[in-house]
Amino acid sequence: MLKDRAAIVGVGASQYYKRGQSLPQTNLELVGKAILGALDDAGLTVRDVDGFGLYSFGLDPALVAQTLGIPEVRFSGMLTGGGGGAAGSVGLAAAAIASGMADVVVSYMTLQQAGLRRFGASFAGSAGGGGQYSAPPSPEGDFVRPAGLLGPGQMFSILARRHMHLYGTTREHLAEVAISTRNNAIPRPSALMRAPLTLDDYFDARMISDPLCLYDYCLECDGAVAVVTTSAERARDLRQKPVYVLATANGGNGRWGQAITWMNMDDEYFASSGHRPVAQRLYEMAGVGPADVDVAELYDHFTPMVLMQLEDYGLCPIGESGPFVEAGSIRFPTGSMPVNTHGGNLSEAYIIGMTHVKEAVEQLRGTAVNQVADAEIALVTGGPASIPVSSLLLRR
Amino acid sequence: MTDTQPAPRSRPGGAPPAELAVLTPDSWTEPFWIAAAEHRLVVPRCTNCGTFRMPPSPFCYVCQAQGIDWVEQTGDGRVYSYTVIHHAVVPLMRDALPYVVVVVELPDAGGVRLVSNLVDCEPSSVEVGMPVRLVWDDVADDVAVPRFTAAR
Ligand SMILES: [Zn+2]
Repeated sequence: MLKDRAAIVGVGASQYYKRGQSLPQTNLELVGKAILGALDDAGLTVRDVDGFGLYSFGLDPALVAQTLGIPEVRFSGMLTGGGGGAAGSVGLAAAAIASGMADVVVSYMTLQQAGLRRFGASFAGSAGGGGQYSAPPSPEGDFVRPAGLLGPGQMFSILARRHMHLYGTTREHLAEVAISTRNNAIPRPSALMRAPLTLDDYFDARMISDPLCLYDYCLECDGAVAVVTTSAERARDLRQKPVYVLATANGGNGRWGQAITWMNMDDEYFASSGHRPVAQRLYEMAGVGPADVDVAELYDHFTPMVLMQLEDYGLCPIGESGPFVEAGSIRFPTGSMPVNTHGGNLSEAYIIGMTHVKEAVEQLRGTAVNQVADAEIALVTGGPASIPVSSLLLRR
Repeated sequence: MTDTQPAPRSRPGGAPPAELAVLTPDSWTEPFWIAAAEHRLVVPRCTNCGTFRMPPSPFCYVCQAQGIDWVEQTGDGRVYSYTVIHHAVVPLMRDALPYVVVVVELPDAGGVRLVSNLVDCEPSSVEVGMPVRLVWDDVADDVAVPRFTAAR
């Protein structure tokens, strides 16, 4: 059993930049700064590190190990999929530690979207000029790309529209996610978007992929975040108050599959985040329920996917996330379920979800900028995407 | 010198650029595209249990059998969901805006869905549940892509 066997003992980050502005630093330099920062936070050094728990798109850990001088790597694992593995990369670290394969495991994400490296055209292919983050041509892609469905935001718009059709969700509900998240970014020096966002600003913004407008999309950033995990025993002797991995889960329905790039998921959960079965296993491992969650850091690449995760994690009933957020429930500090207290991917920085882990750790240490009073249990999720999607329940 | 320029192709209004339809089929998807070039919409159906599947793939996801029949469709469908795209994520798409991507459910093929476009229609006319019918888009001499328009 993984419950409470491992703890996060260090978090670190590079500065966050708007897309392309981290130059002339290199991606390797960004991640090195984050890792060294996280180790320093923990009171450890690179000589203590013996493992990597990662998810797709990160820099090769072999390069990181040779560059930083890690003496011996005993475990290096990566969750497949995409941004869905963000929270679960720390779960992978915990699994390696609980099984005795490694002792001090680093999870990280780093990205530098300079030049043509833009996620917004991930599925455009070379004909479309999609650039270096583009998926290679595939027989399956032939059934999507010719329709001009070329980027994740366009794809999630289709899930959002279905949710609106089934449940009466409105653009005002999406706006509430954008605005509440922006409010949380305003007092944070690390946040890239600190100007208030009004409902008028939201509705005046240009439409990108109806029903999603500019403010329904996350930022495009450069930067890196690292998290250090070790055994619960060792954690007690380190510099910071341990943040225990209460539970972790990853995966999803097999027929969720590649999800947004095939659109043949079962009707029963088409308009969802794909997290529903993962959420159930997460709570089972933890022995707690949604009512025990004090703060939720939900991967917010696009506003409607925050709504669907609120439902899939049982923070509100299925189909009722619109009215739930309309009632102010996710606002900090007044709502019953503060969400993305750091400003999320939408307004702080998009480091593919690792800022969410860092924020949950700070909440449970009691050192967050937007501190939720007496926060004991935090939920962190990876991005709704192809499987595996993943999540963490952390406790102080 | 003879004129080797083909006559300009007549394509449905609102269809995305032909450059996106450079295909990379494998042995399981190729029959779909060969039929499409002949303006026949076909969907694979499991010979063992009768389940339809898309895109064409080597195994039935219900019974794991490999045998398939290619079942020709009328092309009548329903819009399951959609998005109207107003922003060009790559320069190629600039002249195509706005365009409507529809996920079309085929009731005669067990509800399998195709990712396609609503063409020859006002983009603002699209809605979930709207009945649509098939329109062939000849994007190249030997490539046709199924698109959909409002059923009348
Ligand atoms: Zn079958």
